[in-house]
Amino acid sequence: MIRLLSFVAAALALFAAGQAQAHPHVWVTIKSEVVYGTDGAATGVRHAWTFDDMFSTFATQGLASKEKGKFTREELAPLAEVNVSSLKDFDYFTVARANGKKADLNAPVDYYLEFTDGLLTLHFTLPLAAPAKAQSLDFEVADPTYFVDFSFAEKEPVRLTGAPAACKIAALRPGEGGTQAKPQGQPGEAFFNNLGASSNYGSRFANKITVRCP
Amino acid sequence: MPVNTLAGGRKATHLFLLVALIASALVVFGLADAFAQNPFGAPRAPAAPPPPDGIAGWIMQKQAEFYRMLNGTIRSAKTDGSAVWLLMGISFAYGIFHAAGPGHGKAVISSYLVANEETWKRGVTLSFLSAMLQALVAVVLVGIAAALLGATATTMKRAVDWIEIVSYALIAAIGARLLWVKGKGFLREWAALRAPKSVGAAATQAHDHHHGHRHHHDHHGHDHAHHDHGHGHDHAHDHHGHDDHSGHSHGPTPDQLAGPGGWKRGLAAIVAVGLRPCSGAVLVLVFALAQGIFWAGIAATFVMGLGTAITVAAIATLTVSATAFAARLAATRTGYGALALRGIEVAASVVVLLFGVALLAGYMASERLIGV
Repeated sequence: MIRLLSFVAAALALFAAGQAQAHPHVWVTIKSEVVYGTDGAATGVRHAWTFDDMFSTFATQGLASKEKGKFTREELAPLAEVNVSSLKDFDYFTVARANGKKADLNAPVDYYLEFTDGLLTLHFTLPLAAPAKAQSLDFEVADPTYFVDFSFAEKEPVRLTGAPAACKIAALRPGEGGTQAKPQGQPGEAFFNNLGASSNYGSRFANKITVRCP
Repeated sequence: MPVNTLAGGRKATHLFLLVALIASALVVFGLADAFAQNPFGAPRAPAAPPPPDGIAGWIMQKQAEFYRMLNGTIRSAKTDGSAVWLLMGISFAYGIFHAAGPGHGKAVISSYLVANEETWKRGVTLSFLSAMLQALVAVVLVGIAAALLGATATTMKRAVDWIEIVSYALIAAIGARLLWVKGKGFLREWAALRAPKSVGAAATQAHDHHHGHRHHHDHHGHDHAHHDHGHGHDHAHDHHGHDDHSGHSHGPTPDQLAGPGGWKRGLAAIVAVGLRPCSGAVLVLVFALAQGIFWAGIAATFVMGLGTAITVAAIATLTVSATAFAARLAATRTGYGALALRGIEVAASVVVLLFGVALLAGYMASERLIGV
């Protein structure tokens, strides 16, 4: 029986290893601004996401351009259109919370792509459905399926635009501040625990933009 | 009947436990695999993010590391010839670790092997051929679409989408056919087991063994009937061969495999699994093409496939061995044991079918991959 059980254990271990998730195929560097209206209410978040070189090369493959290896904003416009429309299915990988409550986001506006030094950057603004005058406003950016790896830019990852003077913004990397680092425990355990209510699982390793207005 | 049950009760319990474990492992991980492979098309809930610790986390971390090294190495390979060897090394390591992740048909191949009572040798061959086909498809796709036609990423994505539909539908079809054949086998076994038990109260070993034979004749007949229905599959032939071994699940011998239909049968599985190119390989190829060293990308893709094949083959071998072990156990308890084995096969067939359907449904539900 022991032999049998060890066999089963080995088989299960390998299967457990087999359930290792997709590793990132796309890397995105985040720079974001939280934008405020003249009335002091936050109107939305403006993202600038820079893709890694391999994905940038792939995404621009075959695109027509006047100058080889360079793309203007106009030449990239159709691609930007595809970008934002596909991102819709993933809720723009962004979750907004005003005073801890989930806040709805509208479809992106003012979007375009830029090509600099071989890297694509997607600019887009996600407007809050209802402008928020909240003491605490958070935006979490993550791909729960981990196909896309998001991380904040080294320098000035987040900033405020037009916010009341008392407001402070911070970029919390996974594991910093309120966000929980990485799930602990056995891989199998984590998997089974999350078969159920796991809708906010991704937020646990999300990059968090926090604004506090006392 | 009571005597028989008491004598083998404990063993039977363990056997059923094992069956349940194997079946549930196949179902749970098979489906997790199915969803994870389609990150943008599947509901998010079941696809938990990678735990960074434990075996799975370590594997994930390693493949991410190797993958991130690829682009830099391709760049240096452009000017430095020795970097090509480094590129091959990284590609190989990446392939080994990457196959442990979702996709690459581990679950499909393993379930297929279990359902079909295949040998480990055949499992290894299937793994290698499907991995090589996968590499070939990526090379042909990028080679024709990008290198020759100058197609955009959007066009290539569309091509991959179609390839996916065909591949997933094929997986579902293989699963449905297996379920049809194996489900009937299971029911037959069930019926054969129940009928005589009610007559002979204290079944002896010999008596039981006789049942086994009876079953195999039945099964044989059934398979022929199936064959006669004109499904055009060669399964029946090999299955017959297996049945001559009378319940010892050694599967067909190598020379039987080489016989007519032996390879044809596996071909569908190879195509179903190997048709969809791996996203990583496509990205690497396009990147190498842009750097003007497409050939290095091609070499890297095949070396990657080799690494992938090794991992998939290892997992397939383990699955087959576990089933063979259960079969040996079952051989000591004919009747219920054989029924349990048919049960495993049915479960494995269901996994293949669900896998195909889940992948298809995932695709149908929404778009894949941002921006391309």
